[in-house]
Amino acid sequence: MSLFQMTTPGTASVSPNSALAEVIRTRANIFEMTEAAEKAVLCPKDTGSLPHDLRASIAARIAAKAGDTTLAARYLEKANALALVSDPAKDGGADHALIVQFVDKAANATKDIVSTDIADLQAAGVSDADIVRLCELVAFVAYQLRVVAGLRLLHGQTA
Amino acid sequence: MTRVVHKFTRRVPKWQPRVTPVKLDEATPAQLDALKVTPSNTKVSDYVLTLAHDVESLAVRSPLFNAIMYDEGGMSRAERELGALAASMVNRCIYCAAVHADRHAQLENSTEVTDRLFSDGADADLNQRDAAIFAFARKLSEAPPKATAEDMRALRDAGLENEEILDLILSASLFGWANRLMHVLGDPVRQEESQ
Repeated sequence: MSLFQMTTPGTASVSPNSALAEVIRTRANIFEMTEAAEKAVLCPKDTGSLPHDLRASIAARIAAKAGDTTLAARYLEKANALALVSDPAKDGGADHALIVQFVDKAANATKDIVSTDIADLQAAGVSDADIVRLCELVAFVAYQLRVVAGLRLLHGQTA
Repeated sequence: MTRVVHKFTRRVPKWQPRVTPVKLDEATPAQLDALKVTPSNTKVSDYVLTLAHDVESLAVRSPLFNAIMYDEGGMSRAERELGALAASMVNRCIYCAAVHADRHAQLENSTEVTDRLFSDGADADLNQRDAAIFAFARKLSEAPPKATAEDMRALRDAGLENEEILDLILSASLFGWANRLMHVLGDPVRQEESQ
């Protein structure tokens, strides 16, 4: 896969012939590692109790909530959307309400997270390993959507 | 007795996990590999042992973190730390803010900038370049991101090159990731002095 087909530069619509492309090539290693990290959180071999479709739906929810519908659609390209999770207007439904509530807070009101948010997940039977997996997913998407937002601004100025 | 630290500080607290970290003597070969545990290096922090629950992410995250913060060229180390600090202040990650404010002060051989940021936040009186860097990183870190073309113009007016701006985008965004692990999965604590 070429650098500019990868999710991060691709979603920011960076053309390989643009001025910005030259800048991105200076950090090609970082964009390649970002793509590898995306695979690790969206489609890991060891999913725990967070299957790939749920992960893609959570990622799409976070991106959509941040106003990036292009990135949201990209996350769902290879997965089935669980509409109650991927749509930020929905609450996750009976199966995923608690996880979705946690995802929304960790993604969008990070500073307000307190120890009881983790304790509530544990009390509901979510394993510590799954809590870490969930946090890595939320945290990675928070990173990626900001890199994309930043690249779009940089693109606007260098086009 | 420990107490949770709630105020920004450059004095780095201890990080106390809210989940049970992986036990080193029970770690799988894949976890040991990602933890970089060797017979001569068996010291692993509770933070890294916590992240070892998701070994596939940990294995790719550590080299990515190092590349964004330390690779040659582009933005200076101190200015990347400023991007990291802005994100950590938005997300109130006391631990990350302490580590990266301390690094900034060491690299600049001055506590002036981080003193002002901890005291006055977004209103801190900084030079044009630092002010533009901090404002852009702070706004990019908000949810949803609020950085604008005007903030980008302020970076250019302050003399930043494209390569430096890319590094700023990466370092601020990276801490959108790091904060959501450090601040969410644990507490910054200090040992209470016994009376």
